[in-house]
Amino acid sequence: MASLDTGAAAKWRWGLLDLVVVVFALVPVLWIASLSFKTTATLTDGNFIPREWTLDNYRTIFSTDQFVRALINSIGIALIATAIAVVLGTMAAYAIARLDFPGKKLLVGVSLLIAMFPQVSLVSPLFEIERKLGLFDTWPGLILPYITFALPLAIYTLSAFFKQIPWDLEKAAKMDGATQAEAFRKVIAPLAAPGVFTTAILVFIFCWNDFLFAISLTSTERSRTVPVALSFFTGASQFEDPTGAIAAAAVVITIPIILFVLFFQRRIVSGLTSGAVKG
Amino acid sequence: MADIVLDKVSKKYPDGTVAVRDVDLEIADGEFVILVGPSGCGKSTTLNMIAGLEDISSGELRIGGERVNDRAPRDRDIAMVFQSYALYPNMTVRENMGFPLKLAKLSRSEIDRKVEEAAKVLELTQLLDRRPANLSGGQRQRVAMGRAIVRNPKAFLMDEPLSNLDAKLRVQMRTVVSRLQKKLGTTTVYVTHDQTEAMTLGDRVVIMRGGAVQQVGAPQELYDHPKNLFVAGFIGSPSMNFLHAAVDGGRLRTALGDLPLGDRLRRTLEGADAPRELILGIRPEHFEDAELIDDAAREHGGEFEAPVDLVESMGSDKYVYFSLEGERASAAELDELAADAGAGDLPSSGSNLITRLSAESIVREGEPQRVWFNLDKIQLFDPSNGRNLTLEQPAAASVG
Repeated sequence: MASLDTGAAAKWRWGLLDLVVVVFALVPVLWIASLSFKTTATLTDGNFIPREWTLDNYRTIFSTDQFVRALINSIGIALIATAIAVVLGTMAAYAIARLDFPGKKLLVGVSLLIAMFPQVSLVSPLFEIERKLGLFDTWPGLILPYITFALPLAIYTLSAFFKQIPWDLEKAAKMDGATQAEAFRKVIAPLAAPGVFTTAILVFIFCWNDFLFAISLTSTERSRTVPVALSFFTGASQFEDPTGAIAAAAVVITIPIILFVLFFQRRIVSGLTSGAVKG
Repeated sequence: MADIVLDKVSKKYPDGTVAVRDVDLEIADGEFVILVGPSGCGKSTTLNMIAGLEDISSGELRIGGERVNDRAPRDRDIAMVFQSYALYPNMTVRENMGFPLKLAKLSRSEIDRKVEEAAKVLELTQLLDRRPANLSGGQRQRVAMGRAIVRNPKAFLMDEPLSNLDAKLRVQMRTVVSRLQKKLGTTTVYVTHDQTEAMTLGDRVVIMRGGAVQQVGAPQELYDHPKNLFVAGFIGSPSMNFLHAAVDGGRLRTALGDLPLGDRLRRTLEGADAPRELILGIRPEHFEDAELIDDAAREHGGEFEAPVDLVESMGSDKYVYFSLEGERASAAELDELAADAGAGDLPSSGSNLITRLSAESIVREGEPQRVWFNLDKIQLFDPSNGRNLTLEQPAAASVG
């Protein structure tokens, strides 16, 4: 135990462990993918690799207005909520990391409280409030609660990132002739970019996956998001099983998440601040 | 280029602590001034107030004759080099150095020309397209300097710019900084905690302690005529020896033996209403091996004999350590200096004495050694307030 074991045996052991974790996580996903390519007749045959391949399920979901509309809702709502939450969170986190203002601890505490609050207990009050305000079953009706619950997450992740950025850089920028806003925009923001993108991914996933608010605060296709739309899928007839269609839809809605992560992953360069200061 | 005047500048924090107290300082155009002192003495705060990074609680700051108390750093036209260098890691060396010019909305070609020029001065031309992460410590330091000089500001502020470099490079960069300042002739305020840097670099040195200026003067003046115990102990390496001394009739009782009070010291003690208990200060180089002293010198000196504790041979001289019996010199300033040197809790009985003897001297550890010391160079301090009592005399008196 004296030193870290780096022998070939250790490599195999760690490799095996990694494999187990990856398989454990991926098998359900692959299973869903496999189901989505099966025909109705072979759905329940228990084969991992479909005996008959078909794209019917995909054709079905994209032929219904229901799914396409929900997809648009999901993308729109998640993107808007993410954008607003990240912008607000960036500003709040910057203030928390850099400034000493009265009530700072309280603010941090309250935002933590929001994150800890069980969402399910807020569903009925939110339902009532939104109906009174006319927000029920609208995009803002979902965007607002998403922002509320995503903000604590955003503030926490981002303030950790801001704290890592040496304060001297900001002072240097000011000495170099930058205004406060320029110092933030040209020096601090580029360095905080990895943090901002990480946060954006987390917030986006949170909004994208949400089912509870989406099912409680919507009632029509106007603002229903994909996770909810999925649960309303029915087969062609009352007696037909929609499993294939649901599986296909599940695969489709994973794609934006994968794209989102891949797109931003390039921006998440760790150690971007290295070389700024020696300390 | 401009002069900088601090007029009773103070910094008081909301919780009541006073970091800087009534600092008066006039820095002439083109002067190189060093702020030096132990950590927490307010030197960096003072620098930050000049920079505009910290508000001035009271007093006035004038740069080039204009009051700038309420101006943002960007409107003061001064450049700063940070201890941490504070290079922008997302920009190349060229972009780092060009950043102030870009903010000043200079044209692309002019920025390039000025950056190239500054890079040439600092020998950074080869590195212009690298990022800070791929530079060595010394190179980063030079880039930080380059970013400061590139826009030709009214003044440079440097906050311990060399303290992150290793010892050899620091000495090398010291001369670079010094030469650069001479060449550009820009008013410079330089903060350091290293007294060697302070002595070697500055036209004038400002010694600070607990937020207040202790003494301002040319390095040699501070060394020869320290105003108080703190300055005396802070300037010089190895530092001045301090011994307890008691006035007894016409003589001074010390661990070096009973010393006759010469005319100089007698006048000192009569003039000021001096206490009877004093602290005697004498620098290591004012000792010599008694055997190497000619008779003329012997006359205005004293001698003592003690067993040698330790010998450090430097080649050019020998540092010889003695531990002497007798009461230790004690004063608040000395405790503070010891704490700053990290020796605050070293146990020691009696007094330790460091002497610098010439290299020809034959000394052996453990054996008794006769040592001569120059009585004319003795300084006496009041232990209650640290004041240098021997300073009241005009400088000519101590030349001896």
